[in-house]
Amino acid sequence: MAVGEVMRMEIPAGGDLTVTSPELHVLAVDDSIVDRKVIERLLRISACKVTTVESGTRALQYLGLDGDKGASHLKDLKVNLIVTDYSMPGLTGYDLLKKLKESSAFREIPVVIMSSENILPRIEQCLKEGAEDFLLKPVKLADVKRIKQLIMRNEAEECKTLSHSNKRKLAQDIDTTSPSSSSSSHDDSSLKDFPSSKRIKSESENLSSLL
Amino acid sequence: MDALVAQLQMQFRDYTISLYQQGFLDDQFTELKKLQDEGSPDFVAEVLSLFFEDCVKLIGNMARALDQTGTVDYSQVGASVHQLKGSSSSVGAKRVKGLCVTFKEYCEAKNYEGCVRCLQQVDIEYKTLKTKLQDMFNLEKQIIQAGGIVPQVDIN
Repeated sequence: MAVGEVMRMEIPAGGDLTVTSPELHVLAVDDSIVDRKVIERLLRISACKVTTVESGTRALQYLGLDGDKGASHLKDLKVNLIVTDYSMPGLTGYDLLKKLKESSAFREIPVVIMSSENILPRIEQCLKEGAEDFLLKPVKLADVKRIKQLIMRNEAEECKTLSHSNKRKLAQDIDTTSPSSSSSSHDDSSLKDFPSSKRIKSESENLSSLL
Repeated sequence: MDALVAQLQMQFRDYTISLYQQGFLDDQFTELKKLQDEGSPDFVAEVLSLFFEDCVKLIGNMARALDQTGTVDYSQVGASVHQLKGSSSSVGAKRVKGLCVTFKEYCEAKNYEGCVRCLQQVDIEYKTLKTKLQDMFNLEKQIIQAGGIVPQVDIN
């Protein structure tokens, strides 16, 4: 499978060729220390590197998006996925999502929102703003596995477009791909339609940027 | 030794099941146990320890917010209740979570007596859970010290 091989080739200005390991590096944002501990473990057990921060502001600082020009460490700590709580004091998860999508450097990083409240307008708002998916708390292992599969599959499809550049074939593949079923006990039937349509939208955006 | 281990394991099994049956713990606690292994043998105890510290902090906030001579800021109380509801949900502390749901309703209704009652109840409830879990962890320790392994308990 393509994902186990090279996912990204980064060639910084210094000239070193860095091949990113296939392990995802996830930035988890949550103001609750209990939830940070749990999400960190869920992600580690799912073979991800994890960095946890306690607020949206800290997340932006970590990414170097807060105006601090000390961004030279960023290449080593490349973030492949951001998982954030929705309700946080100060910058909410939604605010963080918007800031990330507004930034040219970070808009490509998939963002997953977590919330203890199953509020459909909230979910729709986040997905519309570009969130990859929405997890209902308490988060379970099955949820994290599903997200990881989703992210890895998106990355694999990106690699395919780089090697094939066949837009029509890729669109057909996405149409026939159904979202992996979650063994989570949450009622996420309202979400089943969203992830695949979101993927179709983001894939065509990726492609148009390549052309 | 084997007879002792078997006896302890049975005690542990019965005790764990009773905690679920009496509504102290729910499914999410089971989920946390899945995350524990030889590499992280104390994960559940660590998370619960953080949770109980959180309880002390948040209940303190609620008590202070309700103690305002004059107007009580119910949104402030509600914010702490919401946080406690979240963390209790994340660790499977079912009774604490249930109380937080009720507490939140009283906050929204700005019902002072209701809030004070809930505050007292939630304080008792988390302390009760803490004692029960301590007993459960002690049983685990005894099993291991007697040379046995802690059995997986099937709740269903």
